[in-house]
Amino acid sequence: MNYAISAMLKLQNITKTFEDRQVLTDVTLTVPAGATHALIGSSGSGKTTLLRITLGLLPFDKGYVKINDQALLSFTQREWSYRIGYVPQDGGLFPHFTGKHNVSLIARLRGWKKDRIENRVEELRKLVELDAGILDRFPQEMSGGQKQRVAIMRAAMMDPAVMLLDEPMAALDPLIRRILQRELKSIFQRLGKTVLLVTHDLGEAAYLAEQITLLHEGRVLQTGSYSDLLLHAADPFVTLFINAQRSVPDIKELR
Amino acid sequence: MRRAALIAALLGSLFSPASFAADSIVIGSKIFTESYVLGEIAAQAIESSSRVPVNRKLGMGSTGILFEALKKGAIDVYPDYTGTLAEAILKRPDLKSLEEIQQALLKMDLVISAPLGFNNTYALAVKESFAQKHNLHSIGDLAPIQSGIKAAFSYEFMDRQDGYRGMLDSYHLKLDPQKVNRMEHSLSFQAIDDGAVDLIDVYSTDAKIKKLDLRVLKDDRGYFPSYQAVWVARKSFVDSHPGEWKILRRLEGSISEQAMLDMNAQADIQKISFAKIAAQFLGSDAPDTEGWMKQILRRTKEHLWLVGVSLLFSVIVGIPLGVMAVRFHATGQAILMLSALVQTVPSLALLCFLIPLFGVGTKPALVALCLYSLLPVVLNTFTGIRAVDAKHVENARAFGMNRMQILFRVILPLASPTMLAGIKTATIVSIGTATLAALIGAGGYGAPIVSGLALNDVPTILTGAIPAAVMALVAHAVFEVTGVLLIPAGLRKRP
Repeated sequence: MNYAISAMLKLQNITKTFEDRQVLTDVTLTVPAGATHALIGSSGSGKTTLLRITLGLLPFDKGYVKINDQALLSFTQREWSYRIGYVPQDGGLFPHFTGKHNVSLIARLRGWKKDRIENRVEELRKLVELDAGILDRFPQEMSGGQKQRVAIMRAAMMDPAVMLLDEPMAALDPLIRRILQRELKSIFQRLGKTVLLVTHDLGEAAYLAEQITLLHEGRVLQTGSYSDLLLHAADPFVTLFINAQRSVPDIKELR
Repeated sequence: MRRAALIAALLGSLFSPASFAADSIVIGSKIFTESYVLGEIAAQAIESSSRVPVNRKLGMGSTGILFEALKKGAIDVYPDYTGTLAEAILKRPDLKSLEEIQQALLKMDLVISAPLGFNNTYALAVKESFAQKHNLHSIGDLAPIQSGIKAAFSYEFMDRQDGYRGMLDSYHLKLDPQKVNRMEHSLSFQAIDDGAVDLIDVYSTDAKIKKLDLRVLKDDRGYFPSYQAVWVARKSFVDSHPGEWKILRRLEGSISEQAMLDMNAQADIQKISFAKIAAQFLGSDAPDTEGWMKQILRRTKEHLWLVGVSLLFSVIVGIPLGVMAVRFHATGQAILMLSALVQTVPSLALLCFLIPLFGVGTKPALVALCLYSLLPVVLNTFTGIRAVDAKHVENARAFGMNRMQILFRVILPLASPTMLAGIKTATIVSIGTATLAALIGAGGYGAPIVSGLALNDVPTILTGAIPAAVMALVAHAVFEVTGVLLIPAGLRKRP
């Protein structure tokens, strides 16, 4: 089940200053169409700011964000939101709507017909392998993994070119996390979309993404595969960061 | 748009002068037994000899409210006393003769009749047993025991030039200020009967003097001015209704002190209705009085109207104001402060301020209730919105929702439990506050409470107080149900 739209996401020389504090300096990052890319860094590295800029929620000083050569600044927020499906931290579902209502909210605001909504929701439900009854529940009646799947359905509903996930596993316990990681990988493959994943967990990044960008103090320290980062660290901090993460998978396991 | 037009029409009809019949005579009275009786006598006298319909606004409040209402044309005639007119209205306590007062009032376009026949002046009273114990006959006899006397005086008596202060000077008395209480007049009788106080101010024709076995202390220095009862009317009313004014003037000199005291006693002690007492005096049949079921039903309607309209207003105006208060910080603080300020104005004072602007009756009462019910709604809307998790708003923006969609689909639903609690507070408070609206003739459950208080008649008070309490309980239940319907289920259920 592959969707038509998939596109290249390109961030070029993004610079952002809050008052006198420069939080991002010349950040450049390219995700080829259909690829999964991880943006990794410790808290305060600027990854949340970069995420908000990519979503169009925050103006920036310099550089550009493009999807398939179409620049963010030439669109309204609404037009841009068609192009990026966003999965907030912990799913970010609206607590006052059922799962289904959450998934279909934007489609209904855009005036989709009922049948079209039903079909699309059903299609996505199968894709993320969620039991049908779960969609009638309210977020607080769902497990962490169920919320995550509903949030992915919501992000994919309008068939965006790019998916943006913010710390998708942060709130889950390690065992469920492990299971969901595997499922997430297959969901990404089935969706066939360009994915940018923001995380602080190197293991997760290595498992899910082909390429990893390590952000530190608002600068890109290195972009490359997990083994590149491990074997050809561009900066002493890269090695420091990798060693600091406890559960680093064996390199052989990745090949 | 259609909804906005409907609301505008609704508010428009509410504040249009149509609620006052064009050609009817409005009789007012103050909020004590004698004034009710006199008001009722005036009403029935006109009804029996004239075709112009009479509108009773009895028990409206004290002198200030009646005078404002008369000036504004909200009432046409009410009974008052020469001493009160000179002191409280003309601010000329030096005016003693009827002619002087008449002349001075005419400059204000007001007309008074000749005295109705009795003098109801201020007097001091003690319990008969207390009087015997201390051998009290006149006010001057209080001097030997002055430092130990516990007293309760009405607000009006305490504040008038010819009241408390002047009396102390005239008799060279010194009461201990710690032991002098200001009290609603009808409650001071309760206080002296219970032995909580020794000395109270009374009106010399008050029936409770007899009922509670009080001794009136002689004013042997002739300090208290003459309080001859008269009709007070606007000049324009006298000019436009000469026949009706003549009917009222026929009553001049016809009510003796004893007759008035007897009528007061009938009302206060025998609990005979004002209508019957007035009819007996005029020698005619009492007009039909409505049954108590009908009465409660009518008052329920009046009360529901007061509460319902003010609630509708507080929701229609309060919620947008609360939203604005969040959106614009400085304006928001101003809105919150203003609506909080309104709450600090005592309801009676607010009603008084509103009479010059809106007259008497339902209109000013509604305005006051609307103002009072605004704060809980504005404040809870503000608080509820502020408590909404900012991440939901940001997520909604990221999904491409516009400002209105975010407000109506995300912010307001998430704030709805707090907002509904504010509307509930506003409703229950306004059910209570609406009882005060009776003071300016707006009816409702307050009417029996106000007249019951004036008569010191607990059963009458209860016919207003119990339905008001029931209404508050019903409102509480209705909001529990509304909560289930209005608050999004996801916010209600607890895992």
